[in-house]
Amino acid sequence: MPNAREKRTGPSLVAGPRINALSVTSLVMLALFVLIILALIAADIFYVASGKATAERVFAGLFSAQVGHAIWMSLVTSLITLVLVIVFSIPAGYALSRFRFPGRAIVNALVDTPIVMPPVVTGLSLLVFFGTPLGRMIKYALESADWSLTSAIGIVLCQFFVSTSYSIRTAAAAFDLVDRGLEQVALTLGCTRTQAFRRVTLPLARSGLLAGCIMAWARAIGIFGPIMVFVGTGPRVLVMPTTIWLELSVGNIEISLAVALVMLAFAGAGLAVVHALEGGGRWWGR
Amino acid sequence: MIGVTGISFRAGDFAIRDVSLRVEDGQYFVLMGRTGSGKSLLVKCICGLIRPESGQIVVGGRDVTNLEPRLRRIGYVPQEGALFPHMDMAHNITFSLRMAGVQHDEALRRSLPIIEMLHLRPLLARGVETLSGGEKQKVALARALGARPAVLILDEPVSSLDEPTRREVCGELRRVHAELKVATIHICHNMKEAADLADRICIMHDGRLVQCGTLDQLRRSPANAAVAALVNADYSS
Repeated sequence: MPNAREKRTGPSLVAGPRINALSVTSLVMLALFVLIILALIAADIFYVASGKATAERVFAGLFSAQVGHAIWMSLVTSLITLVLVIVFSIPAGYALSRFRFPGRAIVNALVDTPIVMPPVVTGLSLLVFFGTPLGRMIKYALESADWSLTSAIGIVLCQFFVSTSYSIRTAAAAFDLVDRGLEQVALTLGCTRTQAFRRVTLPLARSGLLAGCIMAWARAIGIFGPIMVFVGTGPRVLVMPTTIWLELSVGNIEISLAVALVMLAFAGAGLAVVHALEGGGRWWGR
Repeated sequence: MIGVTGISFRAGDFAIRDVSLRVEDGQYFVLMGRTGSGKSLLVKCICGLIRPESGQIVVGGRDVTNLEPRLRRIGYVPQEGALFPHMDMAHNITFSLRMAGVQHDEALRRSLPIIEMLHLRPLLARGVETLSGGEKQKVALARALGARPAVLILDEPVSSLDEPTRREVCGELRRVHAELKVATIHICHNMKEAADLADRICIMHDGRLVQCGTLDQLRRSPANAAVAALVNADYSS
């Protein structure tokens, strides 16, 4: 059995040359990918700093009413989506992890479908669905309550459809890591099934569940294709990704960059939380 | 007292077939068999963690066959103890009392006799990862006894321990059993362990109970070659 240090350091403790074809190839590929990501982020920052898009105009764009509304709309819709994601993905992930039922393989594949579905196809599918009798009924029911699909509701629908698959998959993986024997012992110690879930399984899966929800939120806030197709780019339904595209298409690169920087900040904050949850706060070192 | 009558069920390709046994109050019963003979499946069924297809389980004169695990008054210690890693040892030990609505401080006070009996006081504030194998088993035993069970089921509690620790934990088990007189079912596949503890031994093979009796009876007249091999090979080792 490898000890904790061996688990962390891996093959470097194995006798023999440290530099070999496998270590060189894998580390070079990792370094290349990290450099590509750093280059993209740096390009955005240097574009502003170099004066091609003046910092004043970028900041002016950042505080404009239009961008403010897009940020607000993105935050509100993605947070509503996050609540829906939590409500759906924790029980659904638990079901996928713990229960064996007929057709489970098909259900598993269907849950993953939104992950592999091209974003534009997702938007198109939503459009087509709301043209069917069932979709029209839902649409009329919403409209009779004064809710339109080409509003925040449509945005939430797109975000929910695309991001829930991720969090269900992450939740199932988090529950898979919790030993079923612990739940079983809890049942013999006076717990109902729900109490065993709440007192034992949920606390032990908490980090994985939170990480999954944050990744789903980050995904929701960045969705572009389905919103373009299903909701459109009306002034009241602009979110950050559609604002970037719209401003870019009319040559306002400063506003596009301003929104992009905000999105990068959100993504960074999300990643920081995920890594803090997964790594116990270790940011630097092995 | 626990009585199991005609228990049968399938688990994948494996089947437990028509198992009956009886453990009287205060008796230390050892269920033996090679790995894969169905011992753990049987005790999970007795605990209510697997539903039998047929048969009856009676605990203290009450039919518990269709009751939830929590209502059976059975304390269960699985292999490796299965301590809750997100709680310290005090919260592990008081878990069943807290589930019954008792506040932690009061639950800890009520658990003190068991804690003292097993010398666990120094471990109360510690986490699972800091405990040795023997300490884990003793905490798991204290946790199972916390609910004042009518029957205690120990699934290979010492099989993963080294020899000195195994002897120490077996000594604790003997002492606790002598003091509390709880009907106990102890699973193992080592005749030396069975000889240390058992009032009565049953041998399980391929999902069936093959033979029951005292150690002397099993050694003198084994029912078949498999029982003879198990009894003599392990006992002489």
